[in-house]
Formats: sequence, structure tokens, C-alpha cells
Amino acid sequence: MSNILKKEREVVIPGECLAEGMDYLPGDNTYREGEKIFSKVLGLVGVAGRVMKITPLSGPYLPRTGDKIIAKVFDITMSGWRFQTNTAYSAMMNVKDASSRFIKRDEDLSQILSIGDYAVVKITKVTSQNLIDLTMKEPGMHKISGGRLVKINSQKVPRIIGKQGSMISLIKEKTGCNITVGQNGIVWIKGEADKELLAEKAVKMIQERSHEAGLTDKMEKFLSGGASQ
Amino acid sequence: MTYTERVDGRKFDELRPMEAKAGVIPNADGSALVKIGKTTAYAAVYGPRELFPRFKQNPKTGIVRCHYGMMPFSGSGERIRPGNSRRSQEIAMVMEKSLKVMIDLSAFPNAVVDIYVDLPQTDAGTRCAAISAASIALADAGIPMKDMISSVAVGEVDGTVLADLSYDEEAYDAIVSDIPVAMTHNTKEITLLQMDGEITKENLMKSLEMASVATDKVYELQMKALKDKFSRE
Repeated sequence: MSNILKKEREVVIPGECLAEGMDYLPGDNTYREGEKIFSKVLGLVGVAGRVMKITPLSGPYLPRTGDKIIAKVFDITMSGWRFQTNTAYSAMMNVKDASSRFIKRDEDLSQILSIGDYAVVKITKVTSQNLIDLTMKEPGMHKISGGRLVKINSQKVPRIIGKQGSMISLIKEKTGCNITVGQNGIVWIKGEADKELLAEKAVKMIQERSHEAGLTDKMEKFLSGGASQ
Repeated sequence: MTYTERVDGRKFDELRPMEAKAGVIPNADGSALVKIGKTTAYAAVYGPRELFPRFKQNPKTGIVRCHYGMMPFSGSGERIRPGNSRRSQEIAMVMEKSLKVMIDLSAFPNAVVDIYVDLPQTDAGTRCAAISAASIALADAGIPMKDMISSVAVGEVDGTVLADLSYDEEAYDAIVSDIPVAMTHNTKEITLLQMDGEITKENLMKSLEMASVATDKVYELQMKALKDKFSRE
């Protein structure tokens, strides 16, 4: 005898019972105690076959291999750069991962990336202690110059991008801005000054109203109708 | 002589009017407001973030730090000197101990979660309001935790067991005991138990049972505060 106690996409708080019985399995952000499965974070219930999981509504960014993030250089060492990643952990990028061109032994590394610079980088490795390795060698990775940076909750990043990038391409198309969304919740917007402002407003609006349905249509109206709402 | 009618006319097991809201401080990662009677607590949670000084870092798990502060004119008595005091240090410590048992920071080694609770208006039961608010703020910040912690004070005034004592009752001219209790919701485990005054063994057991019912009411409020934040308008 097993049954699910919560509806799909229902908001639950930590410690709420999701399902009873051994027929269901605890997935992401849940745990089993005795015969019951409980939630571990504030989020939305998801049922995938026999697995109960929770999609968090808030919370810190967890670095993952392969993620594209936007990070800030805060130190230069003998062999590379140290980055702030908008998490509790700093990341390291080795000289050999910085550029496809040859970097000489005695070259001044601050000429390539100096302290305070932001860059779009990719995570190549994360250890159990959350030590992060980065690379800038892959296509699309570059140093950031100009434009503006917007910090959002990292759990809202998928919403900003939308299904198959529908939301982000909508904003790009309507504002003509160049937008890069880092998985760590930092968004880079570059374009004409007033359009940048509009894109920033749009991004912040998606963050605030992320749990609403039909958001892409609402955003289309917002971006077409100028500054209404 | 017994205490047959409460100073503010409440029933013996009735709590003061409560109010709670999640997400009240935009700059914090998670925040909450809890009002219970004339006590108001604001809690703000930051992190997980890098922990300094470095010798406090624990490579096996993240840690929790608490701050508790009563504002200068928050009480009904004299001005309270702002900043750290013996009392605020003690309360911050018991808060930390009562909250950390349910928080799971194993995914954040060497990091810290900071909880700041400040009280602009107080009238007894501040540490309980602080713990209840901190628990909402932690959930709002998306910190993984096994269960919510709800807290309320119980006690005895002149032989009568009561829930949620007000300041007038704590200062009642008779034998009074004030027992702040914090409990988890699912298992009803006690994570905070302190006492001021004296009480008989029978009445202590009775008041703990009352606390179990009273914390449930606080839990309902905490749940409502968190769900309201995400309800569709």
C-alpha cells in the first residue's frame, strides 16, 4: 500500500511528507525515514515514475561540471587566475586553459585577465570539497567588456532561458542586446543603453514572476508595449 | 491563591495573536518576520558563503552562525545597550544549537550560513520568536533541512500551566516558571529547553505536552508564510 500525498507542482516546505510506502523512491532534495519520504527544501513536487523529487524555488548555486558561468578574477597566481563564482567557493583557471595561443613563461598574466575582470568560463572539474577548475578555451568563452551585469537567483536561470531558449531569444530579439546567462545566476547584457535597461527589467521581472504560467507571452507583451506595467 | 484568569484574558493554552511573512528583506538570501503578541522578530539568512576566519572552517560540513539582538528601546524597561551582551551571546548560542540539528550542510564543506535575528519590539518570548523566524528564513533561503523548527514558551504562573507567557505574566508576583521550548514538527523532538523559576515535575510534564500542541500552531503559521510567498495572485 503506497500512495502519494502531494500533487505534482505543489509547493512544499522542508519536512513535509510526500509519499508513504516503499513503492516510491526518494529523489533529489528528499529523504526517506521509515516508510515515508520527506521534502528537504522549499520547492515544487515532481513525480518521475516511482521517484519523488523536489525542484527548489530558492537556494544556492551548486557548481557542476560543464556549466557555463560568469566569474570575476580576484587574484593572479604563478600558474593562473583565481575567480569568484557567486558561491562559497573560489575557482581556479590554469594558464594553459586561458587561451588557445601560446603563453610564454615570463608573460604578464594581468595583460590577459586582470584583477576585477569578468569572464564567461566553463567548469571543467568540481571535487567533493567543491574546488572548481575552469577553462576559457572553448568556443563562446571570453573576457567581458562593457555592458552590464545583473545578479539573479541561480534557481531561476532555467526560467530566464526558457524552453529551448525561447525566453532568452525573445528578449534578445526584442531588445537587440547581446545576453549571456551564467548558470551561477549572473547575467551579462550588452547593447544600446536604453535597451540594456529594458532587458535588465525583463530579466528581473522573470525572476520575480517565475512561478506564473504563460510567462513568455506576458514578456512578449511587456517588451513590445515598451515600459507599460 | 491560584492564577485563574490570565492578565490579557487569554485561555490557558491560547497563544498571543501571531503573524508571519517570508521574504521581507530583499538583500538577504532568505528572510522572515514573526510577530507574536507585542514581540517582533526579523530574521535574515545569508549564505552558504565563504567562512572567515579560516580556522573555523570545517572541511567535512558547512557550519551555522547566529546573531541575536534586541534593539535599544525594544523592551518596556530601560534602554538596552546595543551590541553584544552576555544574554545575547547565550541566546545566539542556544538558537544555533536548536537550529543546526535539522540543517544539512554536508554539500557545503568549509562554508557558513549566517543567521541574523533582530528584534525591534519585545515583550517576552523573544528567543522563541527568533527561532521560529530563523526557521522560516532558512527555508526561504533554500537551505536543505530535514524539518522545520517551531518554538514557543510555556510555563507556570502560581500553580497554573500556561502557554506563551507575556511579560506581565513572567513578572507576576508569585512562583513563576518560564520554559522556552523548540521542537521539530514530524518527530516532536525537543531542540531547545531552558527554564527560569521553579515548577513541579507533574506541571513540567503537563507544560511540555502543552508545548507540543502550541508548537504545532506555530508550525501552521510558518507553513502558511512560506506558501503564501509562492501562491499565484
